[in-house]
Amino acid sequence: MSNNIQKSAAADPADRVNEERSRLSESALTPPVDVIEDAEGITLYADLPGVSRDKLNLHVEAATLTIEAESDLAVPKALKSSHTEVGLGRFRRVFTLSNELDTQNVAAELKQGVLKLRIPKASHAQSRRIDVQVT
Amino acid sequence: MYRSLFPRDLFAEMDRLQRDVQQAFDLTPTIRGFARNGFPALNIGSTPEALEIYAFAPGVEPSTLEVNVERGLLTISGERKRGLSELGDKAAVHIDERFEGAFRRVMTLPDDADPDAVDARLRDGVLHITVKRRASAQPRRIAIQ
Repeated sequence: MSNNIQKSAAADPADRVNEERSRLSESALTPPVDVIEDAEGITLYADLPGVSRDKLNLHVEAATLTIEAESDLAVPKALKSSHTEVGLGRFRRVFTLSNELDTQNVAAELKQGVLKLRIPKASHAQSRRIDVQVT
Repeated sequence: MYRSLFPRDLFAEMDRLQRDVQQAFDLTPTIRGFARNGFPALNIGSTPEALEIYAFAPGVEPSTLEVNVERGLLTISGERKRGLSELGDKAAVHIDERFEGAFRRVMTLPDDADPDAVDARLRDGVLHITVKRRASAQPRRIAIQ
């Protein structure tokens, strides 16, 4: 069984209640991202340390992209936390997409805790150079 | 949790309160400061046998990652590249939040840590370092003759 370091800090019942509460309210960390746009589409990188492929949930609905993930660290049972900088094991971030993006052809790649998303532009929306007529 | 044996003792209660607050806010100042918001973020815990350190270092090339133990100091260093500078002219960076560049984080190991029994594994961008405690520091029951 795997538990995670964020949860293992809860040793006494009072903490466990708090942990339960935070789980119910779905509090999550906002992962840092980079978003780059070029002529063919948009590339998004998100830092999701400790997230394996089956704990990553990507969702596109209408014009909303949702990234949800859970980190899953196997830690020893007897672990007592002494210093915590990453206090939650859940990540969540939502983006609004614009309509020239082709959400049917999103490519996702997860490597060493970094998610790379490539969202191409629909072919009709790709940039064309317009000749400037000089009269 | 620490509780005073003499609850009516005001000074003991104050002392307890201060200790609880310090624990709650993780106020353990060391000479190297708090180093919050550093990269990689660190979670540190301990078991009776070992010290467990989790460094959250997504996207760091394993070949650039270095873990050193020297004179009771554990150093995690490396470099993370994003490649944003190699983009073409037509590319625009809309959001730029992820860490880039060389990093180094240093922490003091407790006296009973064994520098010869350090184990480091990288998985899904999390570096997990286990530093075993010396056997002589383990609690032992002494037989009474």
